Amino acid sequence: MFDLLARVFGREESSKTVAKERLRLVLVHDRTSLSPETLEHLKDDLIRVISEYLEIDDHGFRVDVARQDDSMALVANIPVKWVKRPAP
Amino acid sequence: MGEAIVITSGKGGVGKTTTTANLGAALAQAGRKVALVDADIGLRNLDVVMGLENRIVYDLVDVVEGFAKLKNALIKDKRFENLYLLPAAQTRDKTAVSPEQMAELVGRLKDEFDYVLVDSPAGIEQGFRNAVAGADKALVVATPEVSSVRDADRIIGLLEAQEKHKPSLIINRIRPNMVRRGDMMDIDDMIEILAIELLGVVPEDETIVVSTNRGEPAVLNPQSRAGEAYRNITRRLMGEDVPLFKLEEESGFLGRIRKLMGLRG
Ligand SMILES: Nc1ncnc2c1ncn2[C@@H]1O[C@H](COP(=O)(O)OP(=O)(O)O)[C@@H](O)[C@H]1O
Ligand SMILES: [Mg+2]
Repeated sequence: MFDLLARVFGREESSKTVAKERLRLVLVHDRTSLSPETLEHLKDDLIRVISEYLEIDDHGFRVDVARQDDSMALVANIPVKWVKRPAP
Repeated sequence: MGEAIVITSGKGGVGKTTTTANLGAALAQAGRKVALVDADIGLRNLDVVMGLENRIVYDLVDVVEGFAKLKNALIKDKRFENLYLLPAAQTRDKTAVSPEQMAELVGRLKDEFDYVLVDSPAGIEQGFRNAVAGADKALVVATPEVSSVRDADRIIGLLEAQEKHKPSLIINRIRPNMVRRGDMMDIDDMIEILAIELLGVVPEDETIVVSTNRGEPAVLNPQSRAGEAYRNITRRLMGEDVPLFKLEEESGFLGRIRKLMGLRG
């Protein structure tokens, strides 16, 4: 009963709310964990697309997923060798 | 040409085998021709849950290796007109069969049966890949717990990456009293998180333990609440539009609203 009262007056979160919150956070991480193969594919695709516009240095090319708390970013470092002349 | 459905979960012990046995029995009761395939090679259990463990002669690996004919390895369940079990091998491991071989085997069963239900092992390794290999559709079983939902999410991701039919969810072992006091995730919580279609909800129920003790699926017991839930799920599988029944409803948001407004029943 005390438990219930504590909850009603907002002093304690119900355990299912805690469970849901924790799941949300853990799933953000799980869902954005790209396997090494997937990351390799992503990199190849990026190189292909970007090369249509810029001449880039494949070797210095780095792609990674960076996470911070409950958000993530795709971070790419792409050394540019030469900018192609725009097509007429 | 039948339909092959894999029952899977990621996490072990959440009710895959129980679900396979009950859906198989209920489909057979409804007059469908059903083959149950135990894909948990090395840890077979569907045979004991079905009460057919004493009748095994050949197993799945014997068939795949050409050592036995498929029709000789299928055990007929005498309680039903048209229910058969293909048991897993117990003394081999998952690498004894490849996904291609499984797909071929399930394909042959689909020629003969209306439904082929494949009981998947836990995990995301080869055993899982074997189990889903020949399936047209996947049912993901999860309990309302953090670890189970997390693993289900992983499995759903893998299934969706295979561009299979979008999987649907069976929530097992829900306890309406815990849901009511806020100590268990409810149906809406789980659907919100997993973002897949709900096929049904099975309550935590002692009759499951009793029926497993006896080797008689709970759907055979008209008193069993879990059995009733499995019968409803079976009707939905067959394409009937069956609304969530009372217990299922009570475990969800709608149920809580109704309770608050005093509109029971
Ligand atoms: N709805 C339920 N109520 C009570 N016990 C259950 C329920 N579903 C499963 N169980 C029990 O949980 C255990 C694991 O179930 P099982 O079907 O073998 O899981 P899995 O095949 O996923 O490992 C078994 O002992 C089973 O009797
Ligand atoms: Mg099992």
